[in-house]
Amino acid sequence: MQPGFGLWQSGMKIGLIAGGVAVLISLIGMVEAFSQRFIISEGITLGQTLLLTVGLFASYQAARKTPGPRPFGRLANAAAAGLTAAAVLGFFIFLGGHLNLRKVFINASPLLFKLLTFEQELGPGICLLLGIGAAGGIVAGLFFLASPRVRKTLGAACGALVAMGVLQDLLAPTFALWGPLAVINDWLYEVNGLSLGGAVFLFAGIGSATHLWGRKGPAIQRAFGRMSPARQKTVRLSGWLLVALLLLVLPQILGLFLSEVLTIVGLYVLLGLGLNIVVGYAGLLDLGYVAFFAIGSYTIALLTSPELGFFSLSFWTALPFAILFGVLFGVLLGIPVLKMRGDYLAIATLGFGEIIRILVLSDFLRPWLGGAQGVGKIPKIAIGAMEFGTPQEIYYLILAGCLVVGFISYRLRDSRLGRAWMALREDEDVAQAMGINLVSTKLLAFATGAGFSALSGAIFATKLGSVYPHSFNVMISINILCVIIVGGMGSIPGVILGAVALVGLPELLREFAEYRLLVYGAVLVAMMLLRPEGLWPEAVRRRELHEEEPEEAEAKTASSPDRSR
Amino acid sequence: MGVIYGNLSPSRGGGVANRGGPRPTAERKEMNLKGWRERITVTDFLMWVTGGAILLLIVWGSAATLASGRYQGHHWFDFVVFGLAQGSIYALIAMGYTMVYGILRMINFAHSEVFMGGPYTAYFVAAAFASSGFLDRHPVLSLAVVFIVSMAVSTLIAVLLERVAYRPLRNAPRLVPLITAIGASFFLQYTFRGLYGSGFQAYPVVKILEGQWLLGDFRILKFQAVVIIAAALLMAGLYLFVQRTRVGKAIRAVSEDQEASSLMGISTDRMIVTTFVIGGMSAGAAGVLYALMFKQVHFFMGFIPGIKAFTAAVLGGIGNIPGAMLGGIFLGLVESVGPSLFLDGLGIVAPYQLKDAIAFTMLVLVLIFRPTGLLGERLAVKKA
Repeated sequence: MQPGFGLWQSGMKIGLIAGGVAVLISLIGMVEAFSQRFIISEGITLGQTLLLTVGLFASYQAARKTPGPRPFGRLANAAAAGLTAAAVLGFFIFLGGHLNLRKVFINASPLLFKLLTFEQELGPGICLLLGIGAAGGIVAGLFFLASPRVRKTLGAACGALVAMGVLQDLLAPTFALWGPLAVINDWLYEVNGLSLGGAVFLFAGIGSATHLWGRKGPAIQRAFGRMSPARQKTVRLSGWLLVALLLLVLPQILGLFLSEVLTIVGLYVLLGLGLNIVVGYAGLLDLGYVAFFAIGSYTIALLTSPELGFFSLSFWTALPFAILFGVLFGVLLGIPVLKMRGDYLAIATLGFGEIIRILVLSDFLRPWLGGAQGVGKIPKIAIGAMEFGTPQEIYYLILAGCLVVGFISYRLRDSRLGRAWMALREDEDVAQAMGINLVSTKLLAFATGAGFSALSGAIFATKLGSVYPHSFNVMISINILCVIIVGGMGSIPGVILGAVALVGLPELLREFAEYRLLVYGAVLVAMMLLRPEGLWPEAVRRRELHEEEPEEAEAKTASSPDRSR
Repeated sequence: MGVIYGNLSPSRGGGVANRGGPRPTAERKEMNLKGWRERITVTDFLMWVTGGAILLLIVWGSAATLASGRYQGHHWFDFVVFGLAQGSIYALIAMGYTMVYGILRMINFAHSEVFMGGPYTAYFVAAAFASSGFLDRHPVLSLAVVFIVSMAVSTLIAVLLERVAYRPLRNAPRLVPLITAIGASFFLQYTFRGLYGSGFQAYPVVKILEGQWLLGDFRILKFQAVVIIAAALLMAGLYLFVQRTRVGKAIRAVSEDQEASSLMGISTDRMIVTTFVIGGMSAGAAGVLYALMFKQVHFFMGFIPGIKAFTAAVLGGIGNIPGAMLGGIFLGLVESVGPSLFLDGLGIVAPYQLKDAIAFTMLVLVLIFRPTGLLGERLAVKKA
């Protein structure tokens, strides 16, 4: 790269990529679909925000990657990136104006082009777009040149605005339930999007809060560190108490829909904790984990549902059988794969999961398992006269389950068995040489994980009131695996965080249903590229993953100069 | 290189004692016996019993089916031809899985989307040809164009995938690229859904591929024959490319040992990209064959063939190209012949529903009794 010319070149390259991304976003219909969703009422829509974010991010990256220390060079590069991105989009609009792209791309509708040209004619519209691109580039460049604290403040404020705007449909009804909050709600939100006053207030509020925390945060942390151990303990304990209290009243605050989401997240936490033992602790990559979930569900269905008429036990008498069967199958399916490692293990377990699903689905076993119609009329769980029917009630059951399972896996982690599992994960041969019995250790991992999964399945069956083979496909296994890896392998809080992020958020954003999995996939990829250790990793694992990347460690210290000062 | 790692049962005592030079035969025999007894565990025994039972069931079921005489020779011939056609498509897709695995040691989960993207895009070309009548006037030429478009798009997706998602993760722990691949798979599926819509698109009918050839009692549907021949030619070409050309040799060298081959002056990055290009091309071609066979495309169409093809790659011994071919064809045959042959005789209702179960059972059995797959020995050492 020649000096001088290189400056522009790198910016243009990034701009080209960003332009391609922007065109893709337009073509898959996100811009159009989100054009009716206002972040700020009658001001800026979610679709526009999306495109703008792409452009700004590209320009920011261009500014960051500019060689040489000169700020002007950075600005120029950022502007070049923004302009190029806009130019690519402009070219696409030009193309769309003259060709009928709709024959192939169903979302290349006239409305899309109208949106992209801001309802102007082609020429002025594209010019306007170019202007916005260049201006956005310069803004992003300036943002990069600003001090880290300003960057953090502005970033948090903008992020909060977007988040509040996106989550309006969820937050507004919840707020409206609670007297005093309803007032805030009316003031903050218009019918569609944040009100202008609300947006300004939110921006300023979150911005100043972040700024304050950036200034005072370290001092508060230091003050906490200086407290006597006993006091620290009290503070921590009261924190936990607060969390516990919150967990107890959560469904009452949140209302029906959000409680439903909470129960789904809870079921995934249960599943995740189980798989965490198999994959996170023992390092056995199991892709057929859904099989045990299915076994738990079907055991409950067969034992309690009057529809098939074999038994009609109550949930509580059937539950031990469900867990027992889960454990049993964990061992049974574990035996054949004892000697397999890595990907072979993954694919064999995937095979088991599918075999079980296909068998359940088949007409051959229909008289016993209900075939494709599944089993219905599973009675609700009851303790005495109290029935657990609504999501708000089932939530408590799941919470109890999560607490028990969380406690067990927390205690197991530091037990002799837990150590053996981790030794197995690090190196099977060495573990064996150290006297660990591979067979029993592996089988125990499979069995424990399967038991947890069966418990989750049991609750799932009664929650739905019926079971279908289609609820147990391989995507569930993959989702659970993603939950624990995104959360941070081997870490219990990680599993919870992962379940909230990967199961809860997509459920909440149902209105974006069409793009839910698209975003899910993109986030997974981005996450693995940027933060492979997960959201809340186990301490050991974090060290391991960052051992070999000194440059990343450098980047981290560079990005937080507050601490080094 | 001689050690077959995956096959190794925990070697205790016996193996080492055997190495101690010449001994009297009686003693050696006793040592051998003792070694065996020590090496075989309860679980091994259980596995052999289970395997034996399944084998017995298969033999019994087949015998009962054949004895009942429900299916005539031409039925079996139909099953076999269908299985071959299906299997050769699996084999072509499996090529991409196995080559990427050989070179990067990762399951390219998104390969099923590489397989979907090509034919889905080429559909629009095919539909345009069909509506303009070009398809009927120059069927061979237009099919060639459809193939080229599909292969080009699939290759593009594969290369982009490698560049964006996998290259930054070369040295990451092995679960990380797997999750990335899963994420990329979702992303690609729903991107295509957004681009082309969520409905099924019916591939235009190619008139010269309709109809059948009769050989006495036996008939071959024309498109099945074409699929088999095209897939065989492609695989042969691919095999020759990897075995006989300089680039192929370089690819094999990189999958053998990345560091050493880069010391020998081979550009590792370029070879990895080439691998993705080859995988993408064969997936694109397989995609068109699949579309010709099943006459429709859909954004989710890659998932099931993808899993099957990966199964085929593992069956054949992952990382091994002839293995993937063999595994694919074997899987296709088992799937199409198996339900009628093994299960019908056992009196199982609607055996065809269980064809996937047979495929996966086969997979698990192969993995248990021959963990390196049918042909996989070469790469087994570095695995696990």
